[in-house]
Amino acid sequence: MTVRRIDGWTSPNLQSICTLHSALCHLTHLILLSTVAALLSSTPLYAQVDLTGTWVRSSQSDNGAAREQNDLLGIPLSADGRAKALSYDIASLSATERQCQMYPPFYAITGPFPLQISIEQDPVTQKLLGWKIAGWGDRDVTMIWMDGRPPLSKYAPHSHGGFTTGAWEGDTLTAVTTHFKMGDIKRHRAFSSDRATLTYRFNRHGDLLTVTGILEDPVYLAEPYVLTEIFRLTTNPNNFPLTACEPIEELPRLHENPALVPHYLPGKQPFINEVTQHYNIPLEAALGGPETIYPEYRKKLKDKYVPPPPVPRGRGAQQQQQ
Amino acid sequence: MRRAPTSIAVIAALLALAVTGLDAQRGAGAPAPPPQIPRAVAPIDLTGYWVSVVTQDWRWRMVTPAKGDYQGFQLTPEATKIADAWDPAKDEAAGEQCRSYGAPALMSVPGRLHITWQDDNTLKIETDAGTQTRLFHFGAYQAPANTPRTWQGVSVAQWQMPRGNVPLIFRPADPAAERTTGAPAVRPSGGSLRVVTTQLRPGYLRKNGVPYSENVTLTEHWDLYKRPNGEEWLTITQQIEDPQNLRTAKLAAPVFKKEPNGSKWDPTPCSARW
Repeated sequence: MTVRRIDGWTSPNLQSICTLHSALCHLTHLILLSTVAALLSSTPLYAQVDLTGTWVRSSQSDNGAAREQNDLLGIPLSADGRAKALSYDIASLSATERQCQMYPPFYAITGPFPLQISIEQDPVTQKLLGWKIAGWGDRDVTMIWMDGRPPLSKYAPHSHGGFTTGAWEGDTLTAVTTHFKMGDIKRHRAFSSDRATLTYRFNRHGDLLTVTGILEDPVYLAEPYVLTEIFRLTTNPNNFPLTACEPIEELPRLHENPALVPHYLPGKQPFINEVTQHYNIPLEAALGGPETIYPEYRKKLKDKYVPPPPVPRGRGAQQQQQ
Repeated sequence: MRRAPTSIAVIAALLALAVTGLDAQRGAGAPAPPPQIPRAVAPIDLTGYWVSVVTQDWRWRMVTPAKGDYQGFQLTPEATKIADAWDPAKDEAAGEQCRSYGAPALMSVPGRLHITWQDDNTLKIETDAGTQTRLFHFGAYQAPANTPRTWQGVSVAQWQMPRGNVPLIFRPADPAAERTTGAPAVRPSGGSLRVVTTQLRPGYLRKNGVPYSENVTLTEHWDLYKRPNGEEWLTITQQIEDPQNLRTAKLAAPVFKKEPNGSKWDPTPCSARW
């Protein structure tokens, strides 16, 4: 009989006891278990640091969800960031060369899919080289290097996933991503540039994982754009999307005229008033900006805002399911 | 078989060491040491002024949404019925304008926090929005019998200290860090505040009448983040459990940024409409 401990070592002494007499074996185990229980109960409450597993997002915020093309609510956009957002036509994603372009790393927080986190170990020492957040069909893998490798040169090429290093601060994993490509930070509405930096904070509390993302961008943001998402550990990771993207012909007009780049010229955004029409929110608020994310902005809204009529019966229930 | 006595001796020695260790922790034969003072052992300093940064759920936090807009909640039929009957005029007439400022909703209300220690065992969180006060009681706090339910309820708090020993497998293979310190690259800062709040008066999770019952339990984790540029950020992970009204727990994580002083502190009373 082999007695194997959880770290893989074998214990011939315990093996001998257990083969000596089953009662003695049971007694020994009982004493050991009692001792462990006593030790555990006397230790302070420690948070956990194992991030591995599949984490399903709660999706209870509006991080990635919006129905209106010009919903830039709460995004501290710069003037350039707003202009970029308003010039964007989602039809541009139907161009063959863009159909499979990936979202930037921020999509881990704003996207719809779970996080699948694993570790990469040094093959000799078994120590941690990095934490790996698996990619989705439309988001590149994020490798959080923990092995002290130096930062990349500013001339290094940018990838969809970028370059990420991490460090523990107590029980919190902090990771910083640079060198990622331009991409949208609220699905098909606003963008970060290739000069952006994303700082993640991973806080695990039991089976909940809170990820705080702090996105800074000298081009399209006037202040850091901070979002949080809460994930729950799941033992059923079957919903993990691994489908590869295949470009197809989506809009015939783009194939007939490959030089066409769908866009809106300044002042020509046809959907610019949708948020105001649907929710009575003034246009200047709908278009974001740093001023709009602080409490005092409510004073500016107070005299301009009238709550819209009640949501028709059934729509509220329908929205709950989204 | 001949190794059995040796094994028993080894286990006995281990047990003796374990017991000795326990005795050493609490002092063999000596009275238990006085409990640690929560204020003195705080692993993070939450005191000061904080402003909420409303970058998510803006449409439901910065303005009063339409009646019937319950997106983001999984409501029970009973809760939907209550929410559909929301009437702010009725709340005003009943003197219940603070229904949307109860603890489960308060941290999502745009505004500022002023955090101080009321005493060595009680952390006080004041909000300018709605002029509310939450008290976080540390230690084996028990509310007096017949304590009435209030908007802020009874909150019992506990520090979660950063883990001292990281399992080998999670230690980073950072040769430089280990050469200089002999320890893994884990900065000793960190720690978190866990708070459980009960004994609440029924209120609203959203200004437009999404209800929570008096049986709601709010569990929070307050995590502080000091950035290299000196900024301090606070993320509050909230889990709101109320089976009477919520089919699944409501999860939220509002974010705050530290301010240098209270110059922007702006107390405003509760409002049932705005």
